[in-house]
Amino acid sequence: MLDYTPKEYSKREALSINPAKTCQPVGAMYAALGVNKCLPHSHGSQGCCSFHRMFLTRNFRDPIMASTSSFTEGSAVFGGGSNLKTSIKNVFSIYNPDILAVHTTCLSETIGDDMNSLISGTQIPDGKIVIHANTPSYQGSHITGFSNMVKGFIKYLAANTKTPNGKLNVIPGFVNPADMREIKRLLKAMGVPFTMFPDTSGVIDAPMTGKFEMYPAGGTKVDDIKDLGNSEATLALGSFASAEGAYDLEKKCKVPAKILKTPIGVKATDDFLMAVAKLTGKEIPAEIEEERGQVVDIMVDCHYHYHGKKVALFGDPDLLLALTEFTISMGMIPKYVVTGTPGDSFEKEIKAMMEEAGIDGKVKALGDLFTLQQWMKEEPVDLLMGGTHGKYIARAEDVPFVRIGFPILDRSVHSYMPITGYKGALRIIELISNALLDRQERDCADEDLELIM
Amino acid sequence: MRQVAIYGKGGIGKSTTTQNLTAGLGEMGKNIMIVGCDPKADSTRLVLHGLAQKSVLDTLREEGEEVELENIMKTGAFGIRCVESGGPEPGVGCAGRGIITSINMLEQLGAYTDDLDYVFYDVLGDVVCGGFAMPIREGKAQEIYIVASGEMMALYAANNISKGIQKYANTGGCRLGGIICNSRKVDGEKELLEAFAKELGSQLIYFVPRENLVQRAEINKKTVIDFAPSEPQADAYRGLARAIDGNEMFVVPKPMVQDRLEEILMEHGLMDI
Repeated sequence: MLDYTPKEYSKREALSINPAKTCQPVGAMYAALGVNKCLPHSHGSQGCCSFHRMFLTRNFRDPIMASTSSFTEGSAVFGGGSNLKTSIKNVFSIYNPDILAVHTTCLSETIGDDMNSLISGTQIPDGKIVIHANTPSYQGSHITGFSNMVKGFIKYLAANTKTPNGKLNVIPGFVNPADMREIKRLLKAMGVPFTMFPDTSGVIDAPMTGKFEMYPAGGTKVDDIKDLGNSEATLALGSFASAEGAYDLEKKCKVPAKILKTPIGVKATDDFLMAVAKLTGKEIPAEIEEERGQVVDIMVDCHYHYHGKKVALFGDPDLLLALTEFTISMGMIPKYVVTGTPGDSFEKEIKAMMEEAGIDGKVKALGDLFTLQQWMKEEPVDLLMGGTHGKYIARAEDVPFVRIGFPILDRSVHSYMPITGYKGALRIIELISNALLDRQERDCADEDLELIM
Repeated sequence: MRQVAIYGKGGIGKSTTTQNLTAGLGEMGKNIMIVGCDPKADSTRLVLHGLAQKSVLDTLREEGEEVELENIMKTGAFGIRCVESGGPEPGVGCAGRGIITSINMLEQLGAYTDDLDYVFYDVLGDVVCGGFAMPIREGKAQEIYIVASGEMMALYAANNISKGIQKYANTGGCRLGGIICNSRKVDGEKELLEAFAKELGSQLIYFVPRENLVQRAEINKKTVIDFAPSEPQADAYRGLARAIDGNEMFVVPKPMVQDRLEEILMEHGLMDI
């Protein structure tokens, strides 16, 4: 357990302990799974591919399909070109996807395989497509990998054919399939024609039908990705996972990009809906206003469950930027905020939010859970929120814990329940309230165990 | 068994010097193996009288992991055993990793037999990455000689290589045996190199004079001792062989900072040219 994490800070260089991030290809694979009939392909040794598939499988509890270039010692010396050629041939003849999304690994990046020329020099069957993204894990995190893969699809496929389609592009960022469904539901309720890319709903939350489908029905269609270049505008939700793809599309196809927070919490969801309304001229329907009203009602009714409580947050930057904003608006005190993804803008934005709310807190990008635990020893918090890895800290520090974000490997159903939109806001409030009240009931004297709370 | 690595600036004459030196040692009756660590695979051409054998990595590429020692090792003039590590084609893959792979493979295949007196590693240019340091890592080559000349860039490179040696001196136990001057007929060359070697804490172990005969021998795919055994240049290489065979000065080099290196060059009038 983590009982021996020291309270005293020591100077650390070139050492991360329990990092709050994982490999770029995990994000790249996830983004590629959000494309219809797409097989992610890992250009590297087999272990990379196995790990990344396993990691996603454990989080989503669904089989994750991906192929690999299966590097050997020889590939490391001579380059992975011939393995990629053979992979492309084999994958299309055996697994028959419509599109193969290749991402690189640390090994192929270090030996310097030139993916552009390898792919353009390979015979690809008629009607099939191969795209690629460079995803060295010694840079960035899985969020960077997600962003790079989104950029890869746009670079290879999106085109402005001067035939405007009147649609709105939405890049949802690294969120659960349930969140993608929720964002789509909101857009449909507003009557907005849109393309969501990537879209893992219907792929990795596919139902049990008794029949194995290598490529479930979900995912953004390849034709829709090509058509992204003809849209009215792109909404990038989450600056770390989605902004660069949107900017690339703006550069390549002149589709204006707008960057927003992931719509988690009331304000971020408001901003999202207002942006959609402004871009499309559509009105926000009464049913969505009703949902918003419900969240506000609950916040009024239950604020004493969580108001003034100190919370430590860790996870991916886009989630945290929105969640910090939301917890502040709930009257909570986000005392510590740690992401494993590098980015000065993250620290700046969170700090600005803390300052505005008069919170004396700490924030770190490219941080690790060891740092977070040390902070929690210095000044304890009332609640910890983040992925599964936080449970060891929660136990060591005896702090209630809410699982949110990625990865969640020890609980299920989370990927089927949105945390975005007003519905998602309600769910987050419920999770936070329950965790805090459960703790209060665990610790209180018999005479204080209230029937009504 | 003495394991010796030869480093030096690209084009300085490492392969030529190594092969002529080994010819001298071979003539003395020593058992020698040359391991060429250069993707161009031209480190054993003079001993073998032409580019005669397949490189380790070519064999690995064509026949997979089932490599036989006899396919990659050929015996040339003076009984010198020759192996070429080889590498990927220019511009792809990782040549450094190739050297690691092939040296490991040679060890596995039992190329390092007990009857060997010398193993020479002829390494490409500079110690650009971990792979090219393989011969001096993990206690393989214990002695290193740097081939240099009186030209400034050759000394820059030699100083840089010394940094690599210094790094591995503690863990790998490698030591600098000296600087071999392969003369370019630069003014004051010998004095400059002596001063340079002294500053490194080492020695100028031998001064190989410049002689066109070397090029003539090269065109005929032979070492000088093989091609013209009675010429003075052949004796020069015999002298180099004796100097190395009798060398007892092995040091951890003290590489210079840039300013000091330039000072030495100034002192010996190189900057006046």
